[in-house]
Formats: sequence, C-alpha cells, structure tokens
Amino acid sequence: MDIFLQQLANGLTIGSMFALVALGYTMVYGVMKLINFAHGDMVAASAFVGLTIYTQVMGQATSLLAVIVIFLLTALTMACVGVILERLAYRPLRNAPRLSAVVSALGASLVIQNGIMLVWGPRMRIFPELVPQVYWDFNGVVISMIQVIILVLSLVLMLALYLFVEKTRVGAAVRAASIDQDAARLMGINVNSIIALIFIIGSSLGAVGGLFIGLYYRGITFNMGWQYGLYAFIAAILGGIGNIPGAMIGGMLLGLFNAFIAGYVSSTWADAFTFILLILILIVRPTGILGERVAEKV
Amino acid sequence: MSNDVLFEIKDLEVSYGSIAAIKGISLEVRKGEIVTILGANGAGKTTTMRTISQLLKAKNGSIKFKGIELTHLPAHKIVKLGISHSPEGRRVFSILTVEENLMLGAFTRSKVNKETLNWVYELFPRLQERRKQLAGTLSGGEQQMLAIGRSLMSDPEMLLLDEPSLGIAPILVKAIFEQIKAIAGKGVTVLLVEQNAKAALKLADRGYVLDVGKIALEGTSAELLASEKVQEAYLGKKH
Ligand SMILES: Nc1ncnc2c1ncn2[C@@H]1O[C@H](COP(=O)(O)OP(=O)(O)OP(=O)(O)O)[C@@H](O)[C@H]1O
Ligand SMILES: [Mg+2]
Repeated sequence: MDIFLQQLANGLTIGSMFALVALGYTMVYGVMKLINFAHGDMVAASAFVGLTIYTQVMGQATSLLAVIVIFLLTALTMACVGVILERLAYRPLRNAPRLSAVVSALGASLVIQNGIMLVWGPRMRIFPELVPQVYWDFNGVVISMIQVIILVLSLVLMLALYLFVEKTRVGAAVRAASIDQDAARLMGINVNSIIALIFIIGSSLGAVGGLFIGLYYRGITFNMGWQYGLYAFIAAILGGIGNIPGAMIGGMLLGLFNAFIAGYVSSTWADAFTFILLILILIVRPTGILGERVAEKV
Repeated sequence: MSNDVLFEIKDLEVSYGSIAAIKGISLEVRKGEIVTILGANGAGKTTTMRTISQLLKAKNGSIKFKGIELTHLPAHKIVKLGISHSPEGRRVFSILTVEENLMLGAFTRSKVNKETLNWVYELFPRLQERRKQLAGTLSGGEQQMLAIGRSLMSDPEMLLLDEPSLGIAPILVKAIFEQIKAIAGKGVTVLLVEQNAKAALKLADRGYVLDVGKIALEGTSAELLASEKVQEAYLGKKH
C-alpha cells in the first residue's frame, strides 16, 4: 500500500509536467496540423532561462515574490521565443507540403538545442533550490512541498486553459480555427493571431513545465528536451492529438504509469513499458483515448 | 442608378497556379437587390465568391464594396465591412454546438445582437430547438440553415450565398428560397450562386451567367428566363 500511495504521488507529479508540456504539442497540432518538434527543446531552454534569470536578474533571491517573478519572466521570454519560432520556421511554410514543415520543425529543434549548448555549455547544470526542501511523511509515504506545488499549480493552469478554450469568445475562435481555418476567416477571425496566441500559451505552459523539471530533478542538460519532449508527445498522442482535455488526461496517465512501473517493476524498464503501452493503446484506439473530436454524421 | 451601386467587380482575374479560373469578369450589385450568378460546374462561381471574401487573391482587377477596395484586405477584415459569406458546402464548425456556431457568426461584434439572434431563430425554428446539439450531427438541410443563420449574425449589408440548396431535398429547397426572400425583405442585399437556375431566377432581380470564367450573359431575371441559351443550358428545355 505504501508503494502504491508513494508512486501515486510521484506519478501525479511527473504526470502534471508531462501534461503541461503535452498541451503545447496538442494545441499547435490542433490549429496547424503540425508537430512542433522544437517544443521539447523550448521546454529545456526554459529551465536554463529560469536559471539565468535567477542568477543574473534576481540576484539569487528565493523569496516567494522572487520565485513568482522568475516564473513570469521565464514564461514571457519563452512566449516571445515561441512567437518568433512560428514566424521564422513555420509561417513561411504554411502552404508548403506537410513534410517541409516537419523538416523545419526538426531543424528548429536542433537549432534550439545547439543554442542552449552554446550559451550554457554542454555540461549538466544544477537548477537552483527555489522551493525549500520540505517533506511530509505520512506513515512512510513521503511527499515534498515541490510535488504539492507542481501538482496544484499544474491543475490550476490546466483548469484555466480549459475554461478559456471552452467558455470564452476567443477560446471559441481558437476551436473554430482548429476545425476550419477558412470558415474561421469568414467569421472575421484573424487566424494568424490565433496561431500566435497558441504559441504564446503553449510556450508559456511549456516554460512552467521546464521550470518544474528543473525544480524536481535539479540536474538540467541542453539535450533533455528530447527526452521530456518525447514523453509529452506520447502523452498528447495517448490522449488524442489535437484534443486539449486529452493531453491533460494523457499526461497524467503516462506519469502514473511510469511511476508504477518504476515502483513495481524497475525504473530501467519504465521507458520500454511506456512504449508498449503506447502501442497497445494505439492498436485499440488509433485516435487516442479521447480521440480527435469529430461529430460527423455517418 | 449608378449611384446606388453597393458592390462592384471590375475586370477580375483569378488563377489557381497557372490555370486561369476567372478570366476578366465585371458585375455590379445595387443596394437591396438579389443578384444571382448561374453557371455550370466549374464555371468559376465559387472562385468568384471566395475571391470577394479574399480567401483567394485576385490576380487582376478590382472588387469594391461601398467604394472600398477589397483586394488588398486580409480575409478576416471583410465581414466587418458588412459582407457575410455562407460558403459552398456549408462549412459549419462540426464539433461546436449550434449556438456556438451562431455566436462565432457574431465574432466581429462586441456583443451578440439579441434581435438578430431572435430573428435567425424565427427564420429557422429548428436551430433554436437544436441549439445545444453539435453542428456536425445536424442533417444536411439543418446545417444549411445554420450556415445561413451564422452568416446573418454579423448583421451584414450584403450576403454571399454559395449554393444554399446543394444536397437538399426539393421540399426543403423551397423553404430555403422562401427564407432568402425573407432575408432580402429585411433590406439585406443578396448575391446568390445557384445550380438551381429556375428557382434562383424566380427569386432574383437580375442575374449573370458564368461560362468557364467569363460572363456569357447578363440581364434581368425575366430576360434570362426567356433567353434560349439559359433555357437550353439550365432549364432543360429544347427549342
Ligand atoms: N483549389 C483549386 N485548385 C485548382 N483548381 C481549382 C481549385 N478550385 C477550383 N479550381 C478550378 O477552378 C474552376 C472553377 O471552380 P469553381 O469551384 O469556382 O467552380 P463552380 O462554378 O463553383 O462549380 P460548382 O458548380 O461545381 O460548384 C474549375 O475548373 C476548378 O477545377
Ligand atoms: Mg461552386
């Protein structure tokens, strides 16, 4: 029972991070039908940007206010990078064959990864201890303050995103643009602005995810975006690519699955089992758990 | 008469890559008129409509609405000027509800005009009954009603209707034409593209016949109905 509860807590923590990052993949795919392979590297870059903001801008302060400012500035920086990325790497190829955009995405991924290496070096860096190391022990089940913060903040952000997309006028425009761009234009929706907005939201959530990865795992490397990006991408596919609640559910499930495999089997097998799970789910439900949302009459 | 011209196309040319689809057409629509564009499959009717809405860019020529040149504007700016387009194939937002579709029709307005919404529900009571239903699960005819209703939500001065009777049972076609008449009766200018030439000419004041990207014929509906060419090509009568 202890292992179960412990891995449940761990699983929800990593699941939240996967979900935050998965949202970036799924939102961009929803509107542009493009896998933004650079997203994982953007997430990695966020951790380094956060590190630099902490040391250079905030003078290594770790007060609550300072931490909030670090999160906001990092998200803002990455939102700008996301918008620039879309402008440079994707917009010129909007009407090109899909494969060109995929190549561009892979190129952008490499450019960002190498950019991180050039600026921050190839060696592992240690992310600052922005949150005090407080642990609570519930009869052998240990939960850290970082875990609680990650879970709660992720849930709040996801709820906010969900309400924005489902309940607001601009959210409806985002959904309209992901269904039919030309029809959306006929409604007076500026699809370019919607796409920019998608990159702003996706990159900001990814930035928070990157900071969480730094806080939780502490060691950050220039190429870690590949690993976390892949997990988040799988989470997005699990939930049904393009489907926002799907990415949230997919991320959480993947986190839990990973934690339980690590707890009951072995952490070295977690990756292999994850892929087996992915394949099994895709065999049973090719469009993911929630699937692409369709309402076609047959 | 020319001072009440609301909308005017001059020497319009549109191409898909190297293939010319519209080869220099001119037409005008006066305020309050119903004008129809007829033509066989592939004549360029939809191309013309999409170019008016700037979903396609003209290669040459001008499109003016109330004196404003449209060809330099991005597509999303057109509806705000007062031109609303109900596209061929309906293009309703399938996984949004009927109500959400209608709200999006009013996207450019800071607030949904309640009166317009009520009017749309009056024109198409079925939409009100089904307002919580996903648009993609509506029947074809209902989707057409939704597409037209959605395009009315911006309170347009001119409505572009591309084949509103496409794929609809004859009995419903009649109803849709009645509703278009009612819409025009409210002072909305209508530019109507139709395969159903007879019904369109009965409804319209004037018409243009498009033939592989050129205007082959134009005139009042009565003139066109009487013309041998139209009768042969579209009304199935032999002389
Ligand atoms: N996206 C496209 N790419 C290339 N050619 C196109 C494209 N869309 C239309 N065309 C061509 O342009 C011509 C005019 O097409 P358009 O859709 O405007 O015809 P239409 O009059 O609306 O026909 P219909 O009555 O069948 O709807 C056709 O020859 C068509 O093949
Ligand atoms: Mg057509």
